[in-house]
Amino acid sequence: MITYIIRRLFAAVVLLFVVSVITFSIFYLVPRLIGGSAESLATRYVGRAATAETVKVTTERLGFNDPIYVQYANWAKGVAIGTEYDYGAGVEQCPAPCLGYSFITRQPVWPDLLDRIPVTLSLAAGAALIWVTFGVSVGVLSALRRGSVFDRAAMSVSLAGVSLPIFFTGLVCLSFFSYKLGWTAPGGQFVPVSENPAKWAYAMVLPWITLAFLFSAQYARLTRAGMLETMNEDYVRTARAKGLPEKTVVVRHGLRGALTPILTIFGLDLGLLLGGAVLTEKTFSLNGLGKYAVDGIIANDLPKIMGVTLTAAFFIVMASLVVDLLYAVVDPRVRK
Amino acid sequence: MTEIAEHSYRPGTEKPTSFLDVRDLRVHFPTDDGLVKSVDGLTFRVDRGKTLGIVGESGSGKSVTSLSVMGLHHGGSAKITGEIFLDGEELVGASPEGVRLLRGQKMAMIFQDPLSSMHPYYTIGYQIVEAYRIHNDVSKKAAYQHAIEMLDRVGIPQPDKRVHDYPHQFSGGMRQRAMIAMALSCDPELLIADEPTTALDVTVQAQILDLIRDLQKEFNSAVIIITHDLGVVAELADDILVMYAGRCAEYGSADDIFREPQHPYTWGLLGSMPRIDRERSERLLPIKGTPPSLINVPSGCAFNPRCTYCDLTGGRSTSERPELIDVGHGHRVACHLTRDQRDQIWRDDIQPKL
Repeated sequence: MITYIIRRLFAAVVLLFVVSVITFSIFYLVPRLIGGSAESLATRYVGRAATAETVKVTTERLGFNDPIYVQYANWAKGVAIGTEYDYGAGVEQCPAPCLGYSFITRQPVWPDLLDRIPVTLSLAAGAALIWVTFGVSVGVLSALRRGSVFDRAAMSVSLAGVSLPIFFTGLVCLSFFSYKLGWTAPGGQFVPVSENPAKWAYAMVLPWITLAFLFSAQYARLTRAGMLETMNEDYVRTARAKGLPEKTVVVRHGLRGALTPILTIFGLDLGLLLGGAVLTEKTFSLNGLGKYAVDGIIANDLPKIMGVTLTAAFFIVMASLVVDLLYAVVDPRVRK
Repeated sequence: MTEIAEHSYRPGTEKPTSFLDVRDLRVHFPTDDGLVKSVDGLTFRVDRGKTLGIVGESGSGKSVTSLSVMGLHHGGSAKITGEIFLDGEELVGASPEGVRLLRGQKMAMIFQDPLSSMHPYYTIGYQIVEAYRIHNDVSKKAAYQHAIEMLDRVGIPQPDKRVHDYPHQFSGGMRQRAMIAMALSCDPELLIADEPTTALDVTVQAQILDLIRDLQKEFNSAVIIITHDLGVVAELADDILVMYAGRCAEYGSADDIFREPQHPYTWGLLGSMPRIDRERSERLLPIKGTPPSLINVPSGCAFNPRCTYCDLTGGRSTSERPELIDVGHGHRVACHLTRDQRDQIWRDDIQPKL
């Protein structure tokens, strides 16, 4: 078990390295391959009204004339142990993990990310809690009452849930619950949970529900399919033959067997969301990682995009690692 | 052997006389293709300390019978009629909750495939403890102690360690032993074993059968053993019920069934059983054809399309369903052949070839 964990941790580090090489190549190698010069890259760092002289100096200073692997090594060094940047107006310290400076704001990317991670985290965690409870319960009930009115209604609603994009359901919910009824906060009022939990929940409840609706739909369908399968398993018949009450049979024997694939999907979904729930954050004007990435993309701000990409990759790799470890807890056959 | 009840009776008019008394049991499943009559008018009895073997091909209704006795069809689409008395208590009309409390406690079941029949995510011990604690108000620790004793009793080595193993860490034979330990954990008075040895290799089969017999003696329980393997029932059963297409073809003591079988289907089953004392060059005598559809059961005797002697009955086999008739001391046969015809065919045609 211990070796398994160590092996998986090692694999996770390798994976992150690969992701960073690929992203780095996309942003710094590909532009060169399609004809961009070192100067054209440097131009972004000096702003619009740059003289040929300043561009040349900046190119030199940022190392754009170095071979690409040296550039990557410098960048990786920044991430690992920190580095120094010289903008001409004095040297600035960029402590580890240094993900570079924004082209536009001249601010280091990492502190920006740190500001935004709590927003995305709140959104993802709250929504996940709702969709797992709700989706799985609906799925179980649907499977147990297969073909009933409840089952059909739930599956129709969930089909709608899977199909409707979040910017549609989100805007409809905002206009109805926030602006018409005034029950929930309109977008963009994030308050850290440590500051005021009530206000935090008040601001987040609508994004949670909207996002959870989308995911509950998937989870309800997944749970239903899994339950229909496990409830026909021989071991469920054995559980009944032992005289267990139906509730125990369903939860401990049926649902337990159906949960494993749900756990896998859940880990990946959560990891993905932690890397930024772009549409939800944009719809509800939440300053999370997703919105940060979109802003970066619109402004052509490479360091921002790279920062978010790496953070997202980190979350996904960690989530799948946690899922794999949990798998061993959930399914004893995986253990060695 | 146990006395066998009259076939025709009026429901609710007779008191049950045996520990398990099943009368005119019918289990029908409505499907889109038509009504599936899995069990259609089955009557049998088992006393405590006795073993009944139910024999038949796949789809003859053996397992459906046992599941209805256990009340495991509740909530499904099955329509169950008839009467099942367990220790004087009627089960078909009883509340599902009432039957649930009897399951595991008064009647228990061993299933065919012990790997798929045990939950892969729980330890053997947990699953035995779960069965035990449902019916006995004891602490977890005491229940685990009981589980270890049960595992020891069914011959699992180092039971105190193996109790924490998962089913996949057990071999096939050990899993079946654990399954038996689980079924016996509450000292059930009725034990139903549904093809308990089918998934096991031959050497282990014999051990498991010995185990069931020993435990039956020890607990003095009634046992129903369901199988398609006549060798298994020869080993264990006091009485044998031969099922065909959801009905009883022949019912009698094991001696009668093996020494003087009366039904052509039983002859077929005996003929298709491999035997070591037979000449090598002789071939097995399989029953021709395949089991009938339970939706469109052949008219008359359900066995008539596959029966070699169907023509000897002057067309009655294809038009009239044979009643189950007593041919002497409780041996009953549902066949239109006359007693003389059957005796003659058995003596001249069948016995010499077996």
